[in-house]
Amino acid sequence: MRRVLLAATAMVAVWSLTADHSASAQTEMSAAGQLLASVNRDPYPSTYAPRSAPVTALVGATILDGAGGLVENGTVIMADNKVMAVGVNLSIPDGAAVVDAAGKWVTSGIIDIHSHIGIGPVPNTGASGDVNEATAPNTAQVWTEHAVWPQDPAFGRAIAGGITTQHISVGSANLFGGRTVVVKNVPARTTQGMKFPGAKQGLKMACGENPKRVYGSKGGPSTRMANFAGYRAGWYDALQYQYDWDLYDAKVQKGDPAAKPPKRDLKKETLALALSGEILVQMHCYRGDEMALVLDMAKEFGYHVSTFHHAVEGYKVADLLAEAGTCGAMWADWWGFKLESFDGIRENIALVDAAENGCAIVHSDSNVGIQRLNQEAAKAMAAGNRIGLNISKAHAWTWLSLNPAKALQLDDKTGSLEPGKMADVVMWDGDPFSVYTKAERVYIDGVLTYDRDDPEKQFLSDFEVGYAKQGDLK
Amino acid sequence: MRVFLLASAIFTWSVSAHAETKAIINGTVHTVTESGVLTNATVLIEDDMIVAVGNDVDVPDDATVIDAGGRPVTPGLINVFSKIGLLEVGQVNAADDYSFSGAPFSAAFDVTPGLNPESVLIPITRVDGVTRAVTIPSGRGAVFAGLGAVVHLGVTDDMVVKDKAAQYSAFGGRAADAMGGARGGLAVFMRQAFEDALHFDKNRRNFDQNRTRDYVLHHLDLEALLPVLYGEISLVVDVNRASDMRVLIAMADDYNIRMVFNSAREAWKVATDLAEANIAVIIDPSNNLPTNFDNIYATQDNARLLYEAGVKTIVATTSFNDLNNPRNVTQLAGIAVANGLPFDAALAAITRNPAEVFGIGDDFGTLEVGKEADVVVWEGDPLELVTLPTHVFIKGELMPMDNRQLRLRDRYKDLNNETPMQYR
Repeated sequence: MRRVLLAATAMVAVWSLTADHSASAQTEMSAAGQLLASVNRDPYPSTYAPRSAPVTALVGATILDGAGGLVENGTVIMADNKVMAVGVNLSIPDGAAVVDAAGKWVTSGIIDIHSHIGIGPVPNTGASGDVNEATAPNTAQVWTEHAVWPQDPAFGRAIAGGITTQHISVGSANLFGGRTVVVKNVPARTTQGMKFPGAKQGLKMACGENPKRVYGSKGGPSTRMANFAGYRAGWYDALQYQYDWDLYDAKVQKGDPAAKPPKRDLKKETLALALSGEILVQMHCYRGDEMALVLDMAKEFGYHVSTFHHAVEGYKVADLLAEAGTCGAMWADWWGFKLESFDGIRENIALVDAAENGCAIVHSDSNVGIQRLNQEAAKAMAAGNRIGLNISKAHAWTWLSLNPAKALQLDDKTGSLEPGKMADVVMWDGDPFSVYTKAERVYIDGVLTYDRDDPEKQFLSDFEVGYAKQGDLK
Repeated sequence: MRVFLLASAIFTWSVSAHAETKAIINGTVHTVTESGVLTNATVLIEDDMIVAVGNDVDVPDDATVIDAGGRPVTPGLINVFSKIGLLEVGQVNAADDYSFSGAPFSAAFDVTPGLNPESVLIPITRVDGVTRAVTIPSGRGAVFAGLGAVVHLGVTDDMVVKDKAAQYSAFGGRAADAMGGARGGLAVFMRQAFEDALHFDKNRRNFDQNRTRDYVLHHLDLEALLPVLYGEISLVVDVNRASDMRVLIAMADDYNIRMVFNSAREAWKVATDLAEANIAVIIDPSNNLPTNFDNIYATQDNARLLYEAGVKTIVATTSFNDLNNPRNVTQLAGIAVANGLPFDAALAAITRNPAEVFGIGDDFGTLEVGKEADVVVWEGDPLELVTLPTHVFIKGELMPMDNRQLRLRDRYKDLNNETPMQYR
């Protein structure tokens, strides 16, 4: 116990030193020989840079800005890959490409915070499936981005549903599944070509039935008790790892020639970075009582849970989630497919949202559902309104846009149509809360990336070549 | 409390000596017949039957009147790909009765004894307007999975409308894998099973005396296949690849089998053949991914293209993730409309078409005189995401708009209430 306390103290000290995680700061710290500074944070860096796009104005639309605002008969102007202006009666820059959006709806792009596209691709075969490294309950060393297949046809289907950003995550078989990755939903040759510049990685964790089921007959955990014992053991290991490196760093600082660096451990490193907040904790959890325990565990180790994923019983602990600043990423109506989802209700999203400072997110966890997250939001909104929660369409759009951006700490870059943010914009052929509405155009960083009326602006993955042609029915 | 009162009222109706009459007035009545949509119309229900539909209906003085206020009135919906009554909760095997293995027979597996009319899934589904379902077996690698049943979702001890309503099978890459790997082998097996069933039926005495040749299936399975071979029930085959459908069309023709194709993601490529062979299809119109090599040409335009070719099309929740959400059949029908299927055809795809295909078309599927009174009054467009029913009648009984999920919601919608949840 004493050792742990020491470790924790040391860790806090180190992390205050490395509070500035900019590239230059990292280089400096590298020179100082400290592990967490000398570690190359970004060995597979994003190579994504948006192509140049013409100044574009979508004129005359009903606009949902993603931050809770609605503008009637409004205009969105995109320039230099950014949102330039949103409002009514805007003067349109000379030479801008003008799109008549009368009768259309224009929204911020949808961010799906729970996707397995690329790692659980179609066709779904053993050869292509890379979702779960289900070989040990702690595989924090694995990185989602090492398995994302940019040619998964599902990326192309998702963009036709207005998805502009995805948080792709390893599965939920393990207590600690591994690192996640955020991508822009753009066509690319490499995964690096999709990676959202500057986005933090996540650490995927899982509660409840899945780890029990997968490892119950493989040495455990076989109970929820052992799930927690496993998490806590992992966190303590991470603290110890940090401590060992701190000691080493101290020796180096003193010029000790016998200083020998501890062995690098990729698993513990992920967990140490999660404890510090440099990696965001994303946790699969269904039951309310388990989420409450996890929030206490987060206090025990001083970390923050970004989001509970699925959170089918979020409504039972909506106040606790809100107090902790933890979002719930949920389905509109999935329930009952296993016992821990038996208490799912349609008002879940709305009730998590309704808590003071509540943060509700609509997620898919499905390469079919991701194509219509707007429809899931509509169902959730309707359920909330039926119990008098008075949810506007403009507010419900935050569940698809600004809230997931906040949870991923990307809300300074995307998630709403505010000037200066990435021009991630969808133009719908009508009210996106209607089952009959479809996305017509999707802009990512101002670049027209999908156009329903232009076969040349529709994805055809390598896999589909030779079967289908550009613009074929999908 | 309100719910309890409603339930009492229903009880009263059922024991009353004279006919109980209910009138839904001022409805936009989607008859799903050639009469189309009637505005300001009345649907008159006597006991469990529809006795009048139209604009000039006399409403008896003692009728219970529901004013639809111009809102839509439709037949009860049916979802033909469900585990209702068989599935309580996923991954809890002892609570589920839809899949079966380990015995020497499979086609003879009949879901009916496993049906539980107390399942919480029933009220959760019916308050969304789904009043009937076909509840079906899942084969675990068997070529013939067993017999499904048509059920109604009313308050009842006996939910069966029609047992042994269809036989289930599968043809394609995965089905062939379970049979040794290749479609060529699977096709031989299926044909031999049909031959054996016919042979068995003509040689029962010899069979009892052990004087028949070997059969590829257990005699219970051969028996179960006979209604299929004699055209009494359909063989619903899970199939997706266009070429597989062609193989099955030929097989259906050779044996005079009434086939229905389920899932059928590439059906649009053989739409003309399907129409010619009078084969109906059950589809999830949202499926547009090449999930395996049987589905390469999956498209959301499937429903529209089948309709245009004249194929009788049924919309159902055919994906595994939807097993607990058969209520979402309205959303799927709406997605079909978004992709070009006319609204009326989409409504028929979840009412009249499935009723006809599963042999209950005389009693269910349209709003017309002589049909059983499964009637739904909606807040608005029944296929829209934000609308739900206001009233659901099943066989003339008004259903309580209550279920486990709504009660859980009411327990937790106010977390500040000091009464512990367990006492609420």
